[in-house]
Amino acid sequence: MESIKDKVAVIGMGCTKFGERWDTSTDDLIVEAAYEAYEDAGVGPEDLQAAWVGTTGSGSAGQCLADPLKLKGIPITRVENYCATGLDAFRNACFGVACGMYDVAMALGFEKLKDTGAGGLGVGRGQHPVYETRRTAPGSFAFIATRYFHKYGIDKTTLAKIAVKNHHNGTLHPKAHFQREITVEQVLKAPIIAWPLGLLDCCPTTDGAAAAIICRADMAKKFRSDPVYVKGLGLSVDPMLPMSRPGFEYLGFQSNVNAARQAYEQAGVKDPLKELSVAEVHDCFTITELVICEDLGFCEKGTGKEHVDAGTFTLEGELPVNADGGLKAFGHPIGASGLRMTYEVYKQLQEKAGPRQVKNPKLGLSHNLGGPPVVACVALLGN
Amino acid sequence: MAGIVSYGAYIPKNRLSRDELARAWGGNSLKGERSVANHDEDSITMAAAAAMDCLQGMDTDSVDALFFASTSSPYTEKQAASIVARVLDLRRDIFTADYAGSLRAGTSALRAALDAVKSGSARNVLVTAADCRLGAPRSIDEQAFGDGAGALLVGADSAVAEVEDVYSISQEITDVWRTSEDRFVRNWEDRWVIMHGYDATTREAVTGIMKRNNLEAADIARAVLTGPNPRSHQALARALKFDPEKQVQDLLFGSVGNTGTAQPLMLLAAALEEAGAGDRMLLAGYGDGSDTFILKATEALGSLSERRGIKGHLSSKRALDRYEQYVRYRGLMETEAEEAVRKSMRSSATALWRTNNSVLSLHGSRCKICGTTSFPVQRVCYGCQSKDQFEEVRLTDEKGKVYTFSLDNLAGGVEPPTPMTVIETESGARVYCEMTEAAPDELKVDMPVEMTFRRVHQGAGFINYYWKSRPVR
Repeated sequence: MESIKDKVAVIGMGCTKFGERWDTSTDDLIVEAAYEAYEDAGVGPEDLQAAWVGTTGSGSAGQCLADPLKLKGIPITRVENYCATGLDAFRNACFGVACGMYDVAMALGFEKLKDTGAGGLGVGRGQHPVYETRRTAPGSFAFIATRYFHKYGIDKTTLAKIAVKNHHNGTLHPKAHFQREITVEQVLKAPIIAWPLGLLDCCPTTDGAAAAIICRADMAKKFRSDPVYVKGLGLSVDPMLPMSRPGFEYLGFQSNVNAARQAYEQAGVKDPLKELSVAEVHDCFTITELVICEDLGFCEKGTGKEHVDAGTFTLEGELPVNADGGLKAFGHPIGASGLRMTYEVYKQLQEKAGPRQVKNPKLGLSHNLGGPPVVACVALLGN
Repeated sequence: MAGIVSYGAYIPKNRLSRDELARAWGGNSLKGERSVANHDEDSITMAAAAAMDCLQGMDTDSVDALFFASTSSPYTEKQAASIVARVLDLRRDIFTADYAGSLRAGTSALRAALDAVKSGSARNVLVTAADCRLGAPRSIDEQAFGDGAGALLVGADSAVAEVEDVYSISQEITDVWRTSEDRFVRNWEDRWVIMHGYDATTREAVTGIMKRNNLEAADIARAVLTGPNPRSHQALARALKFDPEKQVQDLLFGSVGNTGTAQPLMLLAAALEEAGAGDRMLLAGYGDGSDTFILKATEALGSLSERRGIKGHLSSKRALDRYEQYVRYRGLMETEAEEAVRKSMRSSATALWRTNNSVLSLHGSRCKICGTTSFPVQRVCYGCQSKDQFEEVRLTDEKGKVYTFSLDNLAGGVEPPTPMTVIETESGARVYCEMTEAAPDELKVDMPVEMTFRRVHQGAGFINYYWKSRPVR
């Protein structure tokens, strides 16, 4: 197997303001993200040779991208891979370019969640009438918290510290959905959504879109002096719902481990805690961030609490995790999240992250985890 | 001689005090408490539970027919017995039938089962009866009715109670009824209902069967008489010269209530729990006539395996604090959220039909190569990826415990937060399901559970049945 390392470059990115965009349509979100990316890359729609678009339910087919952007005649593929949709759209675009078929392509992810009339993602998903009865997103991740608490003896306070950190980071990003500090006490006293997870352990439902323009690495300097290069791409899908999977320990996810291993091998990363400058991970719930940090090798399984207490993953820590506030502060417009994370990594590597800027950035990671969950995607970007 | 080979019962865990019903509406309390089916229970789920109690330690392949009796089947058109048979994992080449339309349906099914066994058309017939009847709000019925189920296995040999004679009479009378449009039970004036319905008819049938067997009241060790309330029941017993204290099976009115078609089967089960070998018993059911039976307990009673029966279910209970809970459980009032779920709920008859081995029989697959057990049935093994190398295993036979859980306020349901559980069975299979009848603070990792057959959601005219976990009763 070959490596994707240094074959593709990101030359422009765009990201909408995330939030309750009541007055903004799906098409408006796409235009907002795409035109920021065009401008950033110094290209126009006529320069795109192909596109990949990610959404789980806010649009269908490639048409959902062609329509608002009036893209004429180019191949566009819609990608859906649960909450890993955005990053997988990016991954597919990278391979399209890396194989030499296209020189310049776009990956765009979007989701419009505030048109449903409901505050959450809904209930009872799945293809069978009863097997996945009453499955909710917070309920699925509460299973992890219950088991993790049981195994390692930690409690909700550790999770609350993760929420406090990400809310703080969100105050430093004007595009974040939430722009306010919270306290550990507020998190612990918040109404329970799915025990043991309370309201402030959960990311909000949000509207948003984000886009990347990518090109062949050898062409990148023609577009800008500071392109960012793709160093590794991993994707892993686990068979069977976690709830049905024999022997599943509910302490982390094999798909996380495998997706990260693929990307680390391509990039030559041996010690992610030391080698990564910044990591944007899929903190749909506070417990998720905790187990992801372990699954991705930032720390040993079961030691997350020590690192949370020590501040390892704060902006000032050894490896800032979710420097922009993560899903906790940005919300989770499903198809958009992976590209929103990549937008932050891209800006950090270009040292354009303002008050959130990490020092001496070299390598950044973005990561999505999707489903009940069963699928993980990891992208490594570097200078 | 044909007789009762095994018995079982089911009483829902919920009890509502009649004082609370009287408080809610004003008026007099009939005292004691009544059983209330949980919001996820109906006649089918209760019949299945009683049947499982009855088949404890029995070979299910020996059952040749299954009868289901009820006046409150959730379906007007669709057989309940075939659902219960699938839940019990009975053979496919059996005869199933529903008995309905009368409070006598339970004893009518029992009589038909005896006839089938006597004729040789079946060796063992499982008779189930369950009712979950609705008394009109504020009516005496609302206080008097109870929910429950009974089951009797009728067979040609090793009877715990041989049936010596059967005698029935038919009586046309509109005393207690529901038309196809009615939700609540209707009654004509109670004095006439008792005098010329229940009392006169049952007395006539009992007198008839006693006479043709040359039996006096004193020959009966236990008289099991159904009845709508203790007063009429005792009056009937006295008129038949039975000593209510010593000879007559308690009506379970103060603890359960009138369980309709299930009542005679449940009372017989209660009597058999106390009976000794050689005891002669009388069973009388009423409804548009009367079915009567003379039985004689045998030595085989002593060798029946342990079961919950009436006693076990009676002692396992939880009190409903408020009438409002009853209203919710019976769906007498619907919240906006519940209405939205009901209207939007979709199901798939074809998907359920294709998977009813897992959905109704709770079958998992055990890999013949590596031994991994999975649920629902998987063609390709999770453990070793071998294809179609599995045998189906029934997971209700295995002990289970909570592997992990959540208390979900977002999942909807009648009583949020809804406990959602991942159950691990002894063989390592995982079953993802709701937990029912648990207090939120009761849930713990590793707590032992048992699986119980319930309704999981319904809407758009479709009832979805599936399994839930519950704390061991």
